[in-house]
Amino acid sequence: MAEDLGDGSTAEMDEYETLMSTTDVELLKTAWRNEKAAPEILQFQALLVKRAREQIQLVEETVEEFEGSGMDPLTVSLYQMDLDRAQFLLRSYLRVRLQKVTANSLLRNICSTSGRMIIYGTGSLNQRKFLLKGVLMIWKNILKRLFCQRLPDNYQSARRQSIISEEDDMVPEPQLDTFVACKSSKNFVSIRLVDSERPLEMERHDVSFVLYKVIEDKIGVEIDLGLKNTPRSCMLQIVLKKFVHCCCWHKTPSEDAFWYQKSLEFIQQNQH
Amino acid sequence: MAGQSDSPISLFSPEEVEFIAEDELMEIVPNMRMDPLNFICGDFGPFFPQIPVKVPLWLAVALKKRGKCTIRPPQWMTVENLTQVLEGEREDQGTFQAVPFHYIEISRLLFDHSAREDIPDIYMVRSLIEDIRDVRLHKVETNLEKFSATSAVKIAHLSAMEVNVVRPFVVRSLQAFYKHDNPVVTADLDSMSNRQPQVRQPQVPNNARRIVAQDCPLTIPFVLQQPLKRR
Repeated sequence: MAEDLGDGSTAEMDEYETLMSTTDVELLKTAWRNEKAAPEILQFQALLVKRAREQIQLVEETVEEFEGSGMDPLTVSLYQMDLDRAQFLLRSYLRVRLQKVTANSLLRNICSTSGRMIIYGTGSLNQRKFLLKGVLMIWKNILKRLFCQRLPDNYQSARRQSIISEEDDMVPEPQLDTFVACKSSKNFVSIRLVDSERPLEMERHDVSFVLYKVIEDKIGVEIDLGLKNTPRSCMLQIVLKKFVHCCCWHKTPSEDAFWYQKSLEFIQQNQH
Repeated sequence: MAGQSDSPISLFSPEEVEFIAEDELMEIVPNMRMDPLNFICGDFGPFFPQIPVKVPLWLAVALKKRGKCTIRPPQWMTVENLTQVLEGEREDQGTFQAVPFHYIEISRLLFDHSAREDIPDIYMVRSLIEDIRDVRLHKVETNLEKFSATSAVKIAHLSAMEVNVVRPFVVRSLQAFYKHDNPVVTADLDSMSNRQPQVRQPQVPNNARRIVAQDCPLTIPFVLQQPLKRR
């Protein structure tokens, strides 16, 4: 969902909206709404979250100072309200992400060619580590030892139903053939649809329910916030991709270990 | 403050929608002096008695509750304008009138929070807005009956709360249409797929979206399993 339509869509309004969209609260709100509405997990707004955290901390300190210095209680309470709102937004955003990370598609994101959250660098590093840990535990302890090994030979894979499966059909996949409600963040957007010659033309006041994958890559550009990779996550992509290639094609233990080590180092280095 | 909605993830609770609407700007007339407020969500003020100033709705309501200002109702919130909108809604069954995206939430917040005496003809305004809301919701419902399978439905001037109300139904029904209707594998789905056809869901053009992944091997084995296995 994009910008809200206010009283009118005059030039003044546009100006105001541009001005408003520059505050981090507004950006965070958009990020939260997008994240909540999208069926898959979007690019993590790491910088934005960092900035919001810093600002929240700053205001917290200011409020404490105010209280100490006998500032007008009304002003203090108003600052506190603003603080509460910002914190609520940040919490909501992070909570939605955590919910998605845990509930939605834990395995898919690591195993699949298509899940891009981990391997393709969405998700914050902490979330990635969180996932890696969780998945390791599940796979190693529960699935493998207690369950899969006791099945007949053909059914031992935890990712596939049986050895005749051609795909990882036991891995849950986010439901992407779904529809989302969206608004245009520009005055006019034209979207190519899969099933019709005529593009979908949206103006600011239009709300459209659209097949998610049609607008997927427009979120942030014309519909809203960015899915573009930051340089750092690109780097991580490359490292992890290499690692994955090694595992698949050159199955020598030493090489595996080498790349495994490399990836871990990389993740640690980029922790901050 | 808005409550968290639990499940499913993608639905907003009415409180959350209201929270979003609380950032809409309102004009207030303060009756006290106050320095500018440098909030995380922007800078507002300074405030002088009898000098109108624009602040977000939540701040307006907070000040109003403490008796520090009067709220100027938004321009659209007049009996004449609302009557006109209502007539328009009734006359034209196909389309929606242009109303502010958050008109339901804004009016609710204003009516609920002691801003009543600031709105002229409050009872009239209130019942007009309720009528408009009912007519519009009814219209959405009847229009939804005419749905057909498609990959996009555009509704001009639908408001935030209305979107929120119809979203679950619309999404589910469009999804169902899509699923049953679907054999279409279109031009842009094709080129990227070096994957094998999916066995599980033959009816879904499964390769539609994963372009990022194409230079990877067909399936990536569970990466961290590898080093462990060899022990």
